[in-house]
Amino acid sequence: MTSLYLQSNNCVMEIRRDVFQAIADPTRRAILSLVAIQAMTPGAIAENFNSSRQTISKHIQILSECELLHQTQNGREIYYHLNPEKMKEIDKFIEPFRKMWDDRFNKLESIMKNYKK
Amino acid sequence: MEKKTKIHAEDDRHDLVITREFDLPVELLFKAYEDPEIVAQWMGTKVLKLENKKHGGWEFETSDANGNVVFKANGVIHDFVPNQKIVRTFEMDNINFAPQLEFLEFEELTDETSKLTMQIIYKSIEHRTTQLKLPFAQGLNMAHNRLEEIAANLK
Repeated sequence: MTSLYLQSNNCVMEIRRDVFQAIADPTRRAILSLVAIQAMTPGAIAENFNSSRQTISKHIQILSECELLHQTQNGREIYYHLNPEKMKEIDKFIEPFRKMWDDRFNKLESIMKNYKK
Repeated sequence: MEKKTKIHAEDDRHDLVITREFDLPVELLFKAYEDPEIVAQWMGTKVLKLENKKHGGWEFETSDANGNVVFKANGVIHDFVPNQKIVRTFEMDNINFAPQLEFLEFEELTDETSKLTMQIIYKSIEHRTTQLKLPFAQGLNMAHNRLEEIAANLK
């Protein structure tokens, strides 16, 4: 699923909207934290979980579709890496929430400067 | 400029912590939460009810320029200790979304500065994610509306 997103520079770009669904799942977050340390093959990733390899493959597929993982080929082996750029995009999702509170608190501060305790 | 308001949201938790330091004595910071008229000013909402006491209730309502109600929220105050803390629930009306629990702590740093720490607990990680995304989604809607306006003017 994609959607229009207006960036601060007023450039409209397309983004995937399911990144948040991707990281809402605990297994997928665990996979991300594993590959954050080092690139891993699907087999090496699966060894860290009790779930079937198929289940883990499915999780890896979702993370790849959301571009949170990207893969490189080394001979016969496929290695999965974390895509730090995409992780930064998640921070950007939080930024409007932070900005909303920051604006409110700035207003609170400027209003209260007119009062005496 | 340094970001004064900080959001701390860990991946595997269903709460988040908002912190902010103010160039205000803690008494004035607290007053901004206590006085309904002042709350209305900085929150940009109408305060229908604000009972600052244990088991008291609160109700906010925001309307757009045409007078249509766009946002309505309410909750119960569980604890109210002047210049120290407020514990309350927060629930949006007409939205199928679980209430959240809020712990607000007011701290004196110096005579003229203070700190607010607001911990918000959600029903689940998914609820927290949805809530975090709301301002982003609103920005998205505004962008859509703006695009529609621009498109309409082009006709």
